[in-house]
Amino acid sequence: MPGAIYAEGLVKTFGDVKALDGVDLDVPEGTVLGLLGPNGAGKTTAVRCLTTLLRPDSGKAVVAGVDVRRHPDTVRRSIGLSGQFAAVDEYLTGRENLQMVGRLYQLRPKAAKARAVELLEQFHLADAADRPAKTYSGGMRRRLDLAAALVVSPPVMFMDEPTTGLDPRNRQQLWEVIKHLVSGGTTLLLTTQYLEEADHLAHDIAVVDHGRVIAKGTSDQLKARTGGERVEVVVHEREHIATAAQVLRGLGKGDTTVEEHTRKLTVPVTGGAKLLAEIIRELDGRGIEIDDIGLRRPTLDDVFLSLTGHVAEAAGPDARDEDDESRPQGGKEAVK
Amino acid sequence: MSAVTDAVRVAPPGNPFVQSVRDSMVVAQRNLIRMSRIPEMIIYGLIQPIMFVVLFTYVFGGSMQIGGSTSAVDYKNFLMAGIFAQTVTFATASSGAGIADDMHKGLIDRFRSLPMARGAVLTGRTLADLVQTTVTLVVLAVVALLVGWRVGSQGDTDIAKVLAAFGLLLLLGYAFTWIGALIGMSVRTPEAATSSGLIWLFPVTFISNAFVDPGHMTPWLRHVAEWNPFSATAQACRVLFADPGQSTSHAWPMEHPVWASLIYSILIIAVFRTLAVRKYRSATA
Repeated sequence: MPGAIYAEGLVKTFGDVKALDGVDLDVPEGTVLGLLGPNGAGKTTAVRCLTTLLRPDSGKAVVAGVDVRRHPDTVRRSIGLSGQFAAVDEYLTGRENLQMVGRLYQLRPKAAKARAVELLEQFHLADAADRPAKTYSGGMRRRLDLAAALVVSPPVMFMDEPTTGLDPRNRQQLWEVIKHLVSGGTTLLLTTQYLEEADHLAHDIAVVDHGRVIAKGTSDQLKARTGGERVEVVVHEREHIATAAQVLRGLGKGDTTVEEHTRKLTVPVTGGAKLLAEIIRELDGRGIEIDDIGLRRPTLDDVFLSLTGHVAEAAGPDARDEDDESRPQGGKEAVK
Repeated sequence: MSAVTDAVRVAPPGNPFVQSVRDSMVVAQRNLIRMSRIPEMIIYGLIQPIMFVVLFTYVFGGSMQIGGSTSAVDYKNFLMAGIFAQTVTFATASSGAGIADDMHKGLIDRFRSLPMARGAVLTGRTLADLVQTTVTLVVLAVVALLVGWRVGSQGDTDIAKVLAAFGLLLLLGYAFTWIGALIGMSVRTPEAATSSGLIWLFPVTFISNAFVDPGHMTPWLRHVAEWNPFSATAQACRVLFADPGQSTSHAWPMEHPVWASLIYSILIIAVFRTLAVRKYRSATA
């Protein structure tokens, strides 16, 4: 049985650019899929196709059990979308924005009003509820946008780069909200350029590049594909490098790499913590003083590099709202 | 953050027509709240037509020949219908800019992902613009009365006829906001929508009977002016107001201006609403 979000061979072309070149996705109910890829990989196009905003040229898309191409109106009743922009009316207050969205989800005026109050409370916007949204900071706007997407507690949610342009504190906060949401059983598709974010929030990750899914799996599976663990040692004295390298060659499973200027040695290993302890004992036994030692597992950055041959671009040119908390008219951030 | 998962579910779909009206009203309300928080927009919207009334009355009055008369009073009474008609069509720019802005800010995406009636975003916007046009027109009529505009100088009129004339003006203004809606959906930025919403209005409103008697134009230009939808409404207003300078041309819209004005406006709404809503349904930001 297909999952809450299911896509098969989605293709979308703009002129001669193939934005989607046969994308397959399957997100089981109640899980989070992280769609990871650099700018222009096709993440947003995929979200727009799945949320009825764009009609794919070919392929099949089913959301919440409903065919997206055949019954877009039915799909819209079961989804929430938080796009790349904080799509709120800046001249309306937070409360008015949420009431409007509630009414357009066909809630009765009373229900829309009550729901707005609840959401403002939950998203720590109650103090700013009756101020126009243009006085909000970037983080507050993002929260309002997310609240708007949650007005009817849709079973399936889409978030397109929800934390792009947010400062670390606001990002952390939004992550908490998202985790809470998912713990309530919502199925979520989330796009991100931040590998850390996908690692943190998603059960499964699909890596997208040039309109195709080039790898799929859990974060651990993807990391395992890139290669196993390695041990990194930083020795205190430069003259100990040679001896340390000898030790690592003996215990490790492959070539030892040495960075002279940082006095760092790296060797692939199998055997985890037990082996790490052994290496420490051995180095200690030879009187080598160490500044740092650790068992390192590959990061998603490594995964991305090995899969695509290029580094994931961090915040690209479309990173907005960078000025976040520094807006002069920004007003007070709601107390956490 | 506390629970965000309380079960609020969408109600089953109701009568599509009722939903369409309700959604349009929600969007119209949103746009009216918005307009009320940007009062400078309304003020600037008023300054331009008021300036036209004053400038045309005092600068052109006396040197214009209207129906064989060069009297400044006759020109003033002739002019007002033209200025009224021009003013209502300027709402095109504001509705175009508003919709382009929604597009630009990602609001159209949000609306399109909601289970709402397809035409409601644009209908709501045009209805809000209609309210603004009404306010503008009332203020302008007061200014016109202050500079000495009087109805009934060329025959009989009554309050019903005067109101009917204002009704035709508002209908024309409403029709033109749908042209604005299409422009707003078609351009990339609000700035482009404002300028492309206004530029073509100058030839449309000047190659007409709004400010001069088309009888003095070269024949081909006169034909354009006489068949211009805009002229039909101006002529209808002059007939209903019993103002001077009514065209004696035998062109059909000039002989049946009230009907012509109604037909033109309804036709514009039918065509441009269809095109704009179609554009909305396939819109890509």
